[in-house]
Amino acid sequence: MTHASVFRGSHKCTTMRSNSRPCGQTTPLASRCYSHAKVETDEEFDARWVTYFSKPDIDAWELKKGMNTLIGYDLVPEPKILDSALRACRRLNDLASAIRILEAVKDKSGPHKDIYPYLIQELQPTLIELGISTPEDLGMDKL
Amino acid sequence: MLATRAISLVGKRAISTSICVRGGHGVAKVDDYALPAYFDRRENPLPDVQFVTELSAEQKSLKEKEKGSWATLSNEEKIALYRISFKQSFAEMNEGTKEWKSVIAGMFFFIGMTGLVVLWQRKFVYGPVPPTFESEWKEKEVQRMLDMRINPVEGFSAKWDYENKEWKK
Repeated sequence: MTHASVFRGSHKCTTMRSNSRPCGQTTPLASRCYSHAKVETDEEFDARWVTYFSKPDIDAWELKKGMNTLIGYDLVPEPKILDSALRACRRLNDLASAIRILEAVKDKSGPHKDIYPYLIQELQPTLIELGISTPEDLGMDKL
Repeated sequence: MLATRAISLVGKRAISTSICVRGGHGVAKVDDYALPAYFDRRENPLPDVQFVTELSAEQKSLKEKEKGSWATLSNEEKIALYRISFKQSFAEMNEGTKEWKSVIAGMFFFIGMTGLVVLWQRKFVYGPVPPTFESEWKEKEVQRMLDMRINPVEGFSAKWDYENKEWKK
């Protein structure tokens, strides 16, 4: 067994021997032929999106583009990203989009019914500060 | 530049035929389908355009009020603002249809029609069945099979009681 790091993944191979082995053959468990691209951590992802929506002179198109892209990802955005997006709506004087964002994340949670109440709970201070009503408050979640 | 100015003068969606000048070479008609469209989709929560493009005076004043604090807006006003920007809420767009009832009804209908066709065929298309299906023939056939001891261990003749000349109970 070659002495190799316990961590698999995008770290460089720790033994010279494993490095020279071409990837068609079976490699020892500890060294895999992963891409050497840096994987973005969750914190970096969140920070990037918070920064995106925090732009002071964000325009309506950027808000829409950002939101639609974010909803396209296979995740429910963190409260801090949504907080940043809601504040962007405020700067753009767009209450309808703020409510729409809340609807969209609820829909995005899918069968996991406990995500949306958590998000609302975390966003409560922002919602009160900006005066945003949730779709439930307005009765828009019913038909 | 000229094109966008022309469009904003005429009104965004009201143009079915509007002219945009291209580089001084001629005019090109901007068709409806080429402009950004509104659509309600789960995966595209904020569409490219507002749903309502021509605002009434009331809606315009509401939009002005939106620039102030949102806490001062009543629920009805908030809903009105939502409806200006969007056609259907998520609940409405995700609503199922009653189409499945039509599908099941259609299925039963066609199965029924097929049944009628089959019955008609039996009566008017197919000739009589062979004589081997008559009960008299069948009796003789069964007796012959028993005489031949067909499947005497576990099958046919095994179920016949040869002593009492009847089927085993």
